[in-house]
Amino acid sequence: MLRYVLRRLLTAIPTLFVIVTISFFLMRAAPGGPFNQEKGLNPVIKANLERVFHLDQPLWKQYLLYLNNLIHGDFGPSYNLPDFTVAELFADSLPISIQLGGSALVLALLLGGILGIIAALHQNKPADYAVIATATAGSTVPTFVIAPLFQLFFALTLKWFPVGGWGDGALVNKVGPVLTLMLPQLAIVARLMRGSMIESLRSHHIRTARALGLSDYSVVIRHALRGALLPIISYAGPAAAALLTGSIIVETIFSIPGVGRYFVEGALNRDYTLVMGTVVVIAVFTIVFNLIVDILYAVVDPRVRYD
Amino acid sequence: MTDVSLPAAARGRSLWADAWNRLKANKAAMAGIWYLAFMAVLCIVGPWFTPHDFTTIYQDYTRVPPSLEAYPRPDAIGPAVKDAVKRSRLDLAGWEEKDGKIFITVTSVRPIDERVTRYIDRSDVFRNAQVADKSADGLRMTMSADIRHEYFFFGTDNIGRDLLTRTLTAGRVSLAIGLLAGIVAVAIGVLYGAIAGFAGGRTDEIMMRIVDILYSLPFIFFVIMLVVFFGRNFVFMFLAVGAVLWLDMARIVRGQALSLKRQEYVQAAEALGVSPGGVLLRHVVPNLLGPVVIYMTLLVPQVIILESFLSFLGLGVQEPMSSWGVLISQGAKNIPGATWLLVFPSFFLTTTLFALNFIGDGLRDALDPKDR
Repeated sequence: MLRYVLRRLLTAIPTLFVIVTISFFLMRAAPGGPFNQEKGLNPVIKANLERVFHLDQPLWKQYLLYLNNLIHGDFGPSYNLPDFTVAELFADSLPISIQLGGSALVLALLLGGILGIIAALHQNKPADYAVIATATAGSTVPTFVIAPLFQLFFALTLKWFPVGGWGDGALVNKVGPVLTLMLPQLAIVARLMRGSMIESLRSHHIRTARALGLSDYSVVIRHALRGALLPIISYAGPAAAALLTGSIIVETIFSIPGVGRYFVEGALNRDYTLVMGTVVVIAVFTIVFNLIVDILYAVVDPRVRYD
Repeated sequence: MTDVSLPAAARGRSLWADAWNRLKANKAAMAGIWYLAFMAVLCIVGPWFTPHDFTTIYQDYTRVPPSLEAYPRPDAIGPAVKDAVKRSRLDLAGWEEKDGKIFITVTSVRPIDERVTRYIDRSDVFRNAQVADKSADGLRMTMSADIRHEYFFFGTDNIGRDLLTRTLTAGRVSLAIGLLAGIVAVAIGVLYGAIAGFAGGRTDEIMMRIVDILYSLPFIFFVIMLVVFFGRNFVFMFLAVGAVLWLDMARIVRGQALSLKRQEYVQAAEALGVSPGGVLLRHVVPNLLGPVVIYMTLLVPQVIILESFLSFLGLGVQEPMSSWGVLISQGAKNIPGATWLLVFPSFFLTTTLFALNFIGDGLRDALDPKDR
């Protein structure tokens, strides 16, 4: 197992390298530069700025420089927020995004899982239809519709929650973002769980367990659930990576100082280091969570072996 | 030889007739098809029948709430008269309303120029202002004008444009983008996947690795970079969106192509000397059509969401054009005072997405019964 993990981590390095390379040159191929926006920027100052940030050197040199810094864990300074390094920006914003995304993910897995099991146990009955309807609604209505509607009803009309803002992580401030992040995920988890649970309940070992006279609870939770978890796990990996690295829409609508907004801001301002940093962070999260998924596979399903 | 009357041969049912029958039995999918057709007709034809143009600005009617009754409201006429007269720099002596016409009496210390009727006309509330009566010394004049009745069934936006017309024209844009970008994505995906699948070997290996790499790039990064490249151009926008979404299609088609290649009937056809083109037309295309149609219907709502998402960020469709995403983002910024700006476009977008998803699910059940 340990060898497998190590091998996977080693193969992640070329993947990461390819992603960094493509993003770097894609970003640089876009017209404009980080210091082109400011109107009337003195050409001498601009030249100085570009020299400080090595932007006056040939592209391949900049690329090697960036790679070298990256290997040493240095994401570089942000061009548009000149007082901060990219690492500092992430240190402030990543915990916020992880908190929100993590809560949303855990809730979605728990609630979605429970809803899916309920639906599977009452297949083609009202409870099942209710879950399917919720799941369809949750996966159809886009986040940028749910979020403002949430603000409209719960924040402005009922005044239960603030409209937006982080409020130093007060619980009431988190409800809206977490709910809107959770809902689409919950819908997918419920649907997946329903499908795989129905299949799992039909399998032979479940029939045996029932024939042995085990209680419903024991059959469902201890025996059927285990087999039904695999599709959920393979979905949860990429979903976790996406959720934890912040959502542009939710963070914009609820004015949350998370990572999500850096992507758009950075790309529009040609803040090369910031965008590259975001790409690297997202890629690392994706790689790590895909690895966790594969390890969990082996834990849940003993037939899966990595040797 | 005697005539033997044979019973008419039972007509075989084609795969497509079969699928169509299954689809017709699916109520949600049929409702989705009717709704989508209704929405498409409404958005395409509707803007010609609404009383307003989607760019017309009614300065006197900014952010008026939706209503089935005509504007102006009776209590809004007085202020409108005062405003119009104030702009003409005359003194208002009095006004009265009679049979849908309004009579405004103004006075001045200097003789009144008759062209001041234009100031009345300039208001969105009145039209056909005429001089009805003028005193001999020209210091007092009565003007008559028709009251303009305007209907804003969905209300108006921040700068006084009719939301109904804007929602319908936005629907045109959203649906068109969904369809066109969907076609672009499917075309690229099918071509790429089919080539990879049928070429096989090293070509397949390399082509699929490229897809894997593109997959692992953060999706939003890709989209934003494309937008940055192409600028905020309407046509390139959906080319870009389509160009990003072809990856799934390529994988699906490649898988199908790989398994088709090994089917006995394909090998039999090849052994019989059927040309590659013939095999392609007779066996490959019909077998690929099912998954492609299903994927396409499920792709269109994705594209619409993606376009709305970009417009929401301000990267998509630009003013005065609008899409549902643009309208929703404007609505989201105005919720404290003007909820209708959010509610109507959201309703149109969401119901259309529902309809598309029902159609997609129905098609999947109809074309791929074993997948149920």
